[in-house]
Amino acid sequence: MAKLKLALYWAAACGGCDVAVLDVHEKILDIAGVADIVLWPVATDHKYADVEKMAPGSIDVCLFNGAVRNSENEHMARLLREKSRVMVAFGSCAVSGGIPALANFKQREDILQRVYMDTPSTVNPGQVLPVTGCPVNEGVLHLPEFFDFVHSLNQVVEVDYYVPGCPPTAQRIWEVVQAIAAGNLPGAGATVGALEKSLCDECPREKSNKKIKRFYRSHEIIPDPHRCLLEQGLLCMGPVTRGGCGAQCINANMPCRGCYGPLPGVIDQGAKYISSIGAVIDARTPEEAEEILAGIADPAGTFYRFGMATALLKGANR
Amino acid sequence: MENFEPKIIGFLCNWCSYAGADLAGVSRLQYPANLRVVRVMCSGRVDPTFVFKALDGGADGVLIAGCHPGDCHYSDGNYNTMKRYPLMLQVLEQMGVDKRRVRLEWISAAEGPQFASIVNEFTEQIRQLGPFKKGERTERGAEVG
Ligand code: SF4
Ligand code: SF4
Repeated sequence: MAKLKLALYWAAACGGCDVAVLDVHEKILDIAGVADIVLWPVATDHKYADVEKMAPGSIDVCLFNGAVRNSENEHMARLLREKSRVMVAFGSCAVSGGIPALANFKQREDILQRVYMDTPSTVNPGQVLPVTGCPVNEGVLHLPEFFDFVHSLNQVVEVDYYVPGCPPTAQRIWEVVQAIAAGNLPGAGATVGALEKSLCDECPREKSNKKIKRFYRSHEIIPDPHRCLLEQGLLCMGPVTRGGCGAQCINANMPCRGCYGPLPGVIDQGAKYISSIGAVIDARTPEEAEEILAGIADPAGTFYRFGMATALLKGANR
Repeated sequence: MENFEPKIIGFLCNWCSYAGADLAGVSRLQYPANLRVVRVMCSGRVDPTFVFKALDGGADGVLIAGCHPGDCHYSDGNYNTMKRYPLMLQVLEQMGVDKRRVRLEWISAAEGPQFASIVNEFTEQIRQLGPFKKGERTERGAEVG
């Protein structure tokens, strides 16, 4: 069988997804055994121009990580889509906006104001903001345009498969790569490298009757390592999140943050979570409920930590 | 804005509020036609997804109505609604939706007049707020930092 042509690209990303691919360790050589890497900015020295020269469809698979936040991200998403037979949204940022899409809670001008004027360490007496073109003696310098909204990959180009996780775990990546190499993928549009059931389903902790009197933030308590974290008042997203990560956070005594995204059939992870939290609060009056809920510092930011780009209401700047 | 007719989605529980609306109807009480009623078996069935989807799909306001606390046909459904409602409002605010657009009321099967006056009042309130534009600014949604 001819070797696969594989591209890996990062758009608005932290680099964690690329590191997660490197985390398959010596298996990376096996990946190199089944695939020729034609673009991977974090690890190889290909240029955009190399990709531009390729014939449409000549990349077999593109693992695209990161959200689409600016015009460069968008350009590369379109270019790679054109050149790739199979486009994979790889990691929460590409799947649903991820951490970068938390910016969607704010308007663009608020973000620029905060970052370029108001942060305590900023010195910007000229009130200079980024521009897309800046003439200098040698010519014009260009910067990508900063968009109003942080998009998931499928809001910009067609996506064939989704691999959730922030980042996807190395074990799952390896399974996905093997499935791709063997041509053993499900129908297009599927989420791969994750389970169809919730994280609670594979969570080893003891669950009894959840009744919450008070919420804690992670730094406020050292939870009992055997009992369900939600029952101990930590906002564990397990009930509304796909399993498949191996419950790594849970095993480190940290609540699930929801990075594997909503369960199949759920269109809005945060809304579902509001529903499940409501049911476990131990209150009989609205006042009691409000008092308990006051312990949640940033509900929307917590419930949509990885999914603001695809949330139904999409934040303050749709 | 003069010709603005608010679109309001009302999720009414089968056992109390829907019957209350029925009573308002057969009593020939006047209330605005802005409310589109969706009958649900219990206010507890109103997943916040329904509310968000209504707003996303063009509603200007959402009314959730159920049995008075203690009167739920399923014993606890309306308590669940009561407990998640404040959390839903907080999330709406952060999403840039004015929380006055989503209202929870307890209306019994005998309270036809109350039903009519709540719908009157709520419709008037939504009329004042104007059409729901995605990205309207709220205190929490617009705060910087
Ligand atoms: S999904 Fe997580 S690890 Fe991957 S780029 Fe986004 S923030 Fe980084
Ligand atoms: S809520 Fe969290 S800790 Fe509790 S069972 Fe689910 S995944 Fe485990």
